[in-house]
Amino acid sequence: MNDHLSLAQQTLLEPAGLSQNDLTKILESILGHQVDAADLYFQAIWHEGWGIEDGIVKNGSYTIDRGVGVRAMCGEKTGFAYSDDIILPALEDAAKSARSIAYHGGAGKLQAWQRPKKDLLYPSVNPLPSLTATDKIALLQKVDRLARQKDSRVKQVMANLSGLYEVMMVMATDGSLAADLRPLVRLDVSVIVEQNGQRESAYSGCGARLDYSMFDDECIEQTVNEAVRQALVALDAKPAPAGVMPVVLGPGWPGILLHEAIGHGLEGDFNRKGSSAFSGRIGERIAAPGCTIVDDATVVNRRGSLQVDDEGTPAQRTVLIEDGILRSYMQDKFNAGLMGEKSTGNGRRESYAHLPMPRMTNTYMLAGQYTPEEIIQSVEKGLYAPNFGGGQVDITSGKFVFSTSEAYMIENGKVTYPVKGAMLIGCGSDVLTKVSMVGNDLALDSGVGICGKEGQSVPVGVGQPTLKIDELTVGGTNA
Amino acid sequence: MSLKADHETGEDPLLIQQNLANIAEYILNKAKQQGCSSADVNLSFNEGFNVNVRMGGVDVVEHNRDKGANINVYFGKRKGTANTSDTRTESLDSAVQAACDIAKLIAEDDYVGLADKDRMAMQFPDLDLYHPWDIEPDAAIKLALDCEQKARDYDAKITNSEGASISTANFHHVYANTHGFIGKSSLTRHSLSCCVIAQDAEDMQRDYDFTVSRKAENLLAFDEVANSAAKRSLQRLNAKSMSTCQVPVIFKADIAKSLFSKFLAAVSGGNLYRKTTFLVDHLGKTIFPKHITISEHPHILQGLGSTAFDGEGIATLPEQVFVRDGLLESYILSSYSSRKLGLSSTANAGGVHNVRITHSDLSLTELVKQMHRGLLVTETMGHGVNILTGDYSLGACGFWVENGEIQYPVHEITVASNLRDMFQGMVAIANDVDYRSNVCSGSVLIDRMTVAGK
Repeated sequence: MNDHLSLAQQTLLEPAGLSQNDLTKILESILGHQVDAADLYFQAIWHEGWGIEDGIVKNGSYTIDRGVGVRAMCGEKTGFAYSDDIILPALEDAAKSARSIAYHGGAGKLQAWQRPKKDLLYPSVNPLPSLTATDKIALLQKVDRLARQKDSRVKQVMANLSGLYEVMMVMATDGSLAADLRPLVRLDVSVIVEQNGQRESAYSGCGARLDYSMFDDECIEQTVNEAVRQALVALDAKPAPAGVMPVVLGPGWPGILLHEAIGHGLEGDFNRKGSSAFSGRIGERIAAPGCTIVDDATVVNRRGSLQVDDEGTPAQRTVLIEDGILRSYMQDKFNAGLMGEKSTGNGRRESYAHLPMPRMTNTYMLAGQYTPEEIIQSVEKGLYAPNFGGGQVDITSGKFVFSTSEAYMIENGKVTYPVKGAMLIGCGSDVLTKVSMVGNDLALDSGVGICGKEGQSVPVGVGQPTLKIDELTVGGTNA
Repeated sequence: MSLKADHETGEDPLLIQQNLANIAEYILNKAKQQGCSSADVNLSFNEGFNVNVRMGGVDVVEHNRDKGANINVYFGKRKGTANTSDTRTESLDSAVQAACDIAKLIAEDDYVGLADKDRMAMQFPDLDLYHPWDIEPDAAIKLALDCEQKARDYDAKITNSEGASISTANFHHVYANTHGFIGKSSLTRHSLSCCVIAQDAEDMQRDYDFTVSRKAENLLAFDEVANSAAKRSLQRLNAKSMSTCQVPVIFKADIAKSLFSKFLAAVSGGNLYRKTTFLVDHLGKTIFPKHITISEHPHILQGLGSTAFDGEGIATLPEQVFVRDGLLESYILSSYSSRKLGLSSTANAGGVHNVRITHSDLSLTELVKQMHRGLLVTETMGHGVNILTGDYSLGACGFWVENGEIQYPVHEITVASNLRDMFQGMVAIANDVDYRSNVCSGSVLIDRMTVAGK
């Protein structure tokens, strides 16, 4: 990881002629005011995207962004400024703005630098050059060809290939000095199928903190097949039911249930402010026995993984709910400090131009004992939902929603016919108490999750085994 | 020519615009030197701050300062794009190079290119969009503190707060292309929002309200925003679920606009040429009842969506009708999508501008009376609208209405139908138009939807 630091310094500081000494002085100038803590966050991002539509790769874009964010904290107050120029005068300006939340005359001391040591969780590569532009175009053409070959009802294929390389470095007055080199790639495939004038669409994607070599033939084929399969299923879908019923969620991506229903409500900022339905409930039962949920930034090569978080805290695995009992919130340094706790390595930010806050990484439920077949067989009449679009939560009331993109009726213990997309709604504080069966088939999603909070997007992962929830409201039209 | 660093241009919008224009010219020249047949560029520079106070103290003071260049180059029918936040010449050079490298590899697309030269805006009416707010963060903090206090004092059940925020920003933008077009604009946006939490023994609920304007003097009175935020949170306490049923539904003005935004998306060029909308080939057909006309008004003074030219430099008209008396009269098109469809651009590259929907003289109270029995939806949750099929299913909360009067709050329900039926089932629109966004509507009564509850 010390290699990371010298590489990050070469990338972020050297072009501007900045030294670690200059940055130390900036941090000291902030501590000259009555602030408790401050940090500098340097970041450079290279991003590219290629898109195919109508059978031709006609969109390509390349983006480079770099800058520095300066944060000063004093009690519950935060001052923040940033600059997209990494140069000393801009840095000094930003520091002046950030520290203005506190009065002059403080005597805080900079702690000795501590560099976290961690094993590599993902390769430190820039994924952009891992494939030539010609090969990226060929990859998308292959996606298009495979999808159309798969079924003659496929009328349109839209696919995007994107790669991102992020170099970050953070220096904080508590002595944190850390850097990370983060690759992130993804492939998105949408298809439209048509049959007798009826049109349906479906999406599938995959991604990871790897370079483009992850998109081998098998991966591409699997992603394409999945998109086509889901679209064809939709052609036969009947109106979804309306009302309360047992719902069986499939493994993997349906883990967005956990992300929305309880994940956000366990983020430290909401709990410090007492605005979450889970505030003050550590040690209480909030899920049925058998439910153990973790937030784990250390899963190798995963989209939501981080070697260090954006405050320089090493990545970790945090048990949030253990056998149904609430054990821990997810914390960044600021909220942890105010609550007398320790950061759990969940301090994340979209970019240098955004403030860090507690965010999820990869959030999933551990496997239980039932086979998926046993779970389906136990339902007399209900819904089986193996695929979802997005979700949303109101962390104060605890109400959450997530919408199915592939679902079936279960009748007398058997999956019978597909139904149209429908919203599912529930209450985060009690939905997991209604989990009556946990499957033995834990899976993580395919690596395309994006989580939005207060206008900031960060990549995340979700996962779960097949789950049976005894009662959930299904928002179809078939009352 | 010299390109100034952004902190050297000061606060004069004309100087900032000129600096952006110089950078644009530099980029276009560089692109031509690279052999492109045409090119265009968007330059932006934004500056401002926002403060959030919470529980009587400062929470966050955030200073914003962003700039960016978006560059498109065309080699015949091939297009490449690059973006950079770094406007030093060597960075601009490499961005232009990156865009050209992409364009040389990408497939030919017959429909790609700049908008037609003869449609470039020639006149730039003053739309009165630039009114910087002469306020320091400390003064904004004081205003926000007063607002939050007012909301917290409204009722003893307001026990907690997400705080009050004030934000102010100045935006400067230049669009230029190799037709010789250069369009400059500066605009401001100021807002206040307040979000408080109401709590009793059984329940905890939060809600918020906000005000936004180009001119600080035109923001709503902060006391009004505070009282409204408090009232909205209190009204949600002790909501019940309800039984699954099919009933009339009113979407309150501030969420009714999202129904029209879905309509606008469904008749937008991108979805039309991809055939990813249920309104393919609907030009001239009836979509809404006769009482509904939907139009845009790009030249409204101080409008939140006002502009003299669209994202490709095409002059906007003072008024453009999309739906007249329920009939779809025009799609919403950019140059690219219009060429794909064999039509002309409607000057909507980048979106619509100040959309207005006709309404009746009924107040919301009268509309509730007219509905008699049904659901008043005040918030929707989730993204369960499928533009391709029109299928609609969202989480919701609001109020149950019986005998023309609000009875009690309801939550943990969903509302579902199909947009086609919802559009045609719009019985009436109230006069309580919410002007706080680019698409403005009054509350809408829809004849029948499926509400799923317990």
